[in-house]
Amino acid sequence: MNRIISPKNAQKIMKTVFWASGLITIIILLIIIGYILFEGLPVVNLEFLLSDPIDNGASGGIAPMIVSTIWVTLVAVCIAAPLGVGAAVYIMEYTKENNLVKLIRFGSETLASVPSIIFGLFGLAFFIVFLGMGFSLFSGGVVLAFMALPTILQVSEVAIEAVPRSYAEGSLALGASKWQTVSNVILPAAIPGITTGIILGMARAMSEAAAILFVVGASLDMPYSIFDPGRPLPLHLYTLATQGTSLANSYGTAAVLVILILIITIVTNTVVENYSRKMMGR
Amino acid sequence: MNYRIEVEDLNVYFDEAHILKDININIEKNVVTSLIGPSGCGKSTFIRTLNRMNDLIDTFKKDGTVLLDGNDIYDPKIDVVDLRKKVGMVFQKPNPFPKSIFDNVAYGLKIHGINDKDFIEQRVEDSLKEAALWDEVKDKLDKSAMGLSGGQQQRLCIARTIAVEPEVILMDEPCSALDPISTTKIEDLIHKLKKDFTIVIVTHNMQQATRVSKYTAFFLNGEIVESGLTDKLFMEPTDKRTEDYITGRFG
Repeated sequence: MNRIISPKNAQKIMKTVFWASGLITIIILLIIIGYILFEGLPVVNLEFLLSDPIDNGASGGIAPMIVSTIWVTLVAVCIAAPLGVGAAVYIMEYTKENNLVKLIRFGSETLASVPSIIFGLFGLAFFIVFLGMGFSLFSGGVVLAFMALPTILQVSEVAIEAVPRSYAEGSLALGASKWQTVSNVILPAAIPGITTGIILGMARAMSEAAAILFVVGASLDMPYSIFDPGRPLPLHLYTLATQGTSLANSYGTAAVLVILILIITIVTNTVVENYSRKMMGR
Repeated sequence: MNYRIEVEDLNVYFDEAHILKDININIEKNVVTSLIGPSGCGKSTFIRTLNRMNDLIDTFKKDGTVLLDGNDIYDPKIDVVDLRKKVGMVFQKPNPFPKSIFDNVAYGLKIHGINDKDFIEQRVEDSLKEAALWDEVKDKLDKSAMGLSGGQQQRLCIARTIAVEPEVILMDEPCSALDPISTTKIEDLIHKLKKDFTIVIVTHNMQQATRVSKYTAFFLNGEIVESGLTDKLFMEPTDKRTEDYITGRFG
């Protein structure tokens, strides 16, 4: 035998390599989140969450920013989720691999790789200049919807593809129409995966500053409707940090954003897991 | 003679491939007809033409006629939804929906527009009883069907099929994924069901064909080599190829 490394040792080495990769990934995540929380949590209290900013955010709270974030995210999800899931259903169930499907995929992949600042510039040119709309959270939400769309489409496609064909056959053989089969059997079975896609897209939209930089108006006032200007959390923390207004409040804002995303992710995961367990009888 | 299904000069093609060649067979009401033959001989393709499941395949082409109760099921005026309500199907691998046991059986009723809750509940119970599954599941109707054993899942699929009261039940190797005990239960069930339904069963298991069916058709390379009374086909086959197959010389 003139092997340099025996299969047994190779096995051990590779196991260690993979174990270390997993461990390092978790450590990186913990360091980033830990650092943000460590720096940010000291300024976070009920007053910080519930009051308006004072002196451009040098002191005071971030209540309008939290509300702005919720509005833009809601608008983004309400537009991107039906569009993305709808396109995925069309591609997977209603058509074969044809040129239109290739075009949709190409479009979505390109959309996914466009830098966010370009989305921002497009938003400015389209909503503000071309349509003549004022700065508003609605415009920001629409831009974010475009950003979240590729993720939702791609993950939904995979989720629908993963539903066994035998489910659809069973439904069709009972005399169900295509739409009855899609709505009663395929989509319910794909919901856990689709939800993951929506959450991923939503998290991307929620944490985006550059894309909305030119369209939301960066107002510090409390927005009372989606057509008011506003300043979502990522934009607020960017502004505070780059203008040197208050680094402490910038970290505080970041901590609130991170916690918000964590809460949404954990709650959704729990709900989806319960649903899957019930559906699959485990 | 009273035939439920009459198939005349049926030819089926997928693209250029000629899968079924000049099939002629009549299927009698309320008896069990077995289709036997080696893998790839066209048995499954044949039963899938009887409920038009092959329509899902783009390259499917056919000529010849298939009559159900004297009506051409490929007539453009025929609603395929109605057809599949009349001709139910049980698949090779049990394929319950990832829903509760109750919802699996109620599914067919609901998609056909039945909303009467009491009626649905009664029909679900009757169907599960008829499929010999009621006693095993009556206390967990709201639990997912995916938690049942393979044999129970297959009986659930039969219950789901009979809930919409079809005339014909097509079974595509319904026991091939099941253990012997579950297989026996399904076969007992088939005996019971033939009173109310016309059953066409594809099977790889020749003993199963002799146990459950009155008629048998032997498929080979897309043709029916021989068909007739099961006893006669197995005891005194007229074609040499049938004899070779049932004595295990090939296939």
